[in-house]
Amino acid sequence: MFETLSDRFDRIFKGIRGRGKLTQADIDETLGEIRLALLEADVNLDVVDSMVARIRDRAQGQELSGALNPSQQVVKIVLEELTASLGGEAMRLTYASKPPTVVLMAGLQGSGKTTNAAKLAHWFKKQGRHPLLVGADLQRPAAVEQLRTLGAQIDVPVFSETSRPTRVARRAIKEATRTARDVVIVDTAGRLAIDTELMAEIGDISSVVQPHYTFLVVDAMTGQDAVTMARSFDETLALDGVILTKLDGDARGGAALSVKEVVGKPIAFASTGEKIEDFDTFHPDRLASRILGMGDVETLIEKAEEAFEAEQAEQAAARLLEGTFTLEDFLEQMQQIKKMGPLGNLVGMMPGIPKEARDAEIDDRHLARIEGIIRSMTPAERVQPDIIDGSRRLRIANGSGVQPTEVRQLIDQFSQMRQMMKQFAGFGSKKVNPKARNRGKKGKQRRGGRVTEKGPAKVPKVPLSLPGLDDRVGGF
Amino acid sequence: MLFAIIVAVAALTIIGLSAYFIVRDRRLEGRDPSVVEPSGDTATGDDEAVESASTAPSFRDRLGKARSTLGGYLGSVFGRGAINEQTWQDLQDALIRADVGVSTSAEIISAVREAAADEKLEDASELAGLVKAEIVSRLEGFDRTLNVDASVEMPADSQVPGPAVWLFVGVNGVGKTTTIGKLSRRQSDEGRSVVLAAGDTFRAAAVEQLTIWSQRTGAEIVRGSEGADPSSVVFDAIEHAAARSVPLVMADTAGRLQTKANLMEELRKVRRVAEKGAGTVTETFLVIDATTGQNGLSQARQFTEAVDVTGVILTKLDGSAKGGIVVAIHSELGVPVKLAGLGEGIGDLVDFDPVEFVDALFE
Repeated sequence: MFETLSDRFDRIFKGIRGRGKLTQADIDETLGEIRLALLEADVNLDVVDSMVARIRDRAQGQELSGALNPSQQVVKIVLEELTASLGGEAMRLTYASKPPTVVLMAGLQGSGKTTNAAKLAHWFKKQGRHPLLVGADLQRPAAVEQLRTLGAQIDVPVFSETSRPTRVARRAIKEATRTARDVVIVDTAGRLAIDTELMAEIGDISSVVQPHYTFLVVDAMTGQDAVTMARSFDETLALDGVILTKLDGDARGGAALSVKEVVGKPIAFASTGEKIEDFDTFHPDRLASRILGMGDVETLIEKAEEAFEAEQAEQAAARLLEGTFTLEDFLEQMQQIKKMGPLGNLVGMMPGIPKEARDAEIDDRHLARIEGIIRSMTPAERVQPDIIDGSRRLRIANGSGVQPTEVRQLIDQFSQMRQMMKQFAGFGSKKVNPKARNRGKKGKQRRGGRVTEKGPAKVPKVPLSLPGLDDRVGGF
Repeated sequence: MLFAIIVAVAALTIIGLSAYFIVRDRRLEGRDPSVVEPSGDTATGDDEAVESASTAPSFRDRLGKARSTLGGYLGSVFGRGAINEQTWQDLQDALIRADVGVSTSAEIISAVREAAADEKLEDASELAGLVKAEIVSRLEGFDRTLNVDASVEMPADSQVPGPAVWLFVGVNGVGKTTTIGKLSRRQSDEGRSVVLAAGDTFRAAAVEQLTIWSQRTGAEIVRGSEGADPSSVVFDAIEHAAARSVPLVMADTAGRLQTKANLMEELRKVRRVAEKGAGTVTETFLVIDATTGQNGLSQARQFTEAVDVTGVILTKLDGSAKGGIVVAIHSELGVPVKLAGLGEGIGDLVDFDPVEFVDALFE
């Protein structure tokens, strides 16, 4: 997401980098480019201008103070301003002391209310809550069926009836109390902000259910009108936040910047894919750094934390260090990674990944193919692939439905990869002094380093590293 | 591909493991990132009064219903008197606000600038006509008829023309299914029977949604099960239509973001398979939502590249967004807007009219 904007900043800052000092002309040119980039990213014109003005003030101030490295300062300023515009810090939900906590979904047609109502329900469920979905979109054909289907997928009950939206909403609250559901998510029909009649209707629904949170669902592809729309909804409903959807495309999502900036409502959640689990709380700082091409490490870390199991992680790390990482381990790691989400999405979050690699579509079906091959090996073969000869190879190929050459390829490439990983680990372990890791280690070889302090018993040292990872994490 | 995956898995393993230990360390150090409730200052804006809806879904009436903030903005530019540098900057900004985009706006303004110099215009109020004319000229000169004549591309050996196939493509939530519903009514009003192909087998209840539309408009519908191969559903619908001499098949497809290579590949396949049997794809409509910003250009580019889009259908034009991105789409890709969606009613899909579209942009 936001690739184009970050590519653009990349280009701008490449021009500045390598020069010690910024001239006034540099600043003007940079700001011009930033303005253009933001406009092409659909950031609202007024927001762009006020933001560029802020950046200018600060950039000039920096120069006066005789900053050591002005180009880095500009990057920092732009990053900070982007983060501030996107909402400062993540929004945190609190629950009503007297359940149910009621959430109202509002938005234009096609912004993704129904899908995201279900995603939100799934999210609440993961937080240990018991949501009830309410289908109050009685306008669009089959909207309630859509919600029911989604509800069934995530095992969350759906309440609806064919009457009027306000009546559905009122009865839903009673139903929630009766069945002890502690969160109620009300899906409503899409409506245009200028449709007075329908806006009045959603106002009625809101006064009936007295929502604790009212979310405006905003399509990341929205253009300049996002601000007008958000304002109207805010006036009718007093919004609490925004759910930003369809962030998985190449939309630059300027709408997100605009809405936060002009309406003053934070972006609470972001939806980044078609699957139910492609949905999470919105982290402005992450998005801002992503815009600047710095990768989205925090999200990766969080996903990894959820997916990786302590014991397995430690064992795998130890084997990696020893160079005894086997296909069996590889298979295990693949399972962990699969839990983190589609491989393509994950690669997109990795820092320091060239644009071409980010763009390459990685199909998870290929993952299954690799898995199939490994699963067709005997335990001995997985540990010691060297014993695989022609006849074993044929057996494995037959077992997994691939060509024998593919089996050979996999084994060859696996051993290459193992070599690579060993080197990675090796680099890290050379740098024992933890102080050395922050500064001056980002040479051309792109090997940051990390040495984990000795923790409690049995914890192996894990000097695994990835460029940029430490610096980012260290900064938080 | 295989290698890419292995490398990716390896890298992710390293990240995963590093991340795991980093997080644990951080826990041990008690350095959890603090979370603060954001404080935001609310800016309130003035919004224009809205007139009540008119009954006739004329393009102009419906577009005029929502006067864009742009209208007032432009009015102030045109009413300012002498033309100066600021006038041009403001004009360009106004077009940017209408989602026309930076580069297309710049082109338009520089063309208008030249024209204004030629005519020796001095007062800003005289510019309105020039700007409108410039945009209209970019939208005009395209064939906007809907092609139902499959026989044009009929193979020489076949005796009866197979059905014409209209494919509807676009990103999620732009209104493909609704558009098909409305358009099938228009076709049956014109006396042409239609078979609908429920090709969106991905989104929950999309098939039900189209089924309800088919009941409203009296069109036949061919549906597959949820998760079925959309190509096969479309193929079946075409065969069904051919067997009953129905001249037109409208094929719905699942919304997809244009960046998803595998889904775009699926769409290519739908189009290929649609011509495997008796049918001929005579129109491929890209449905675009009027609220779409600059991403619309990327949509038009990618979908055109994949399935050879023949026309754009601009939906939700009855809101406050004016769909300026289609000016850029016309200019850059030469794909005309053929239809416009002006409301939720079944009759609210009308032929696109460049002059009225531009007038509405400026009202």
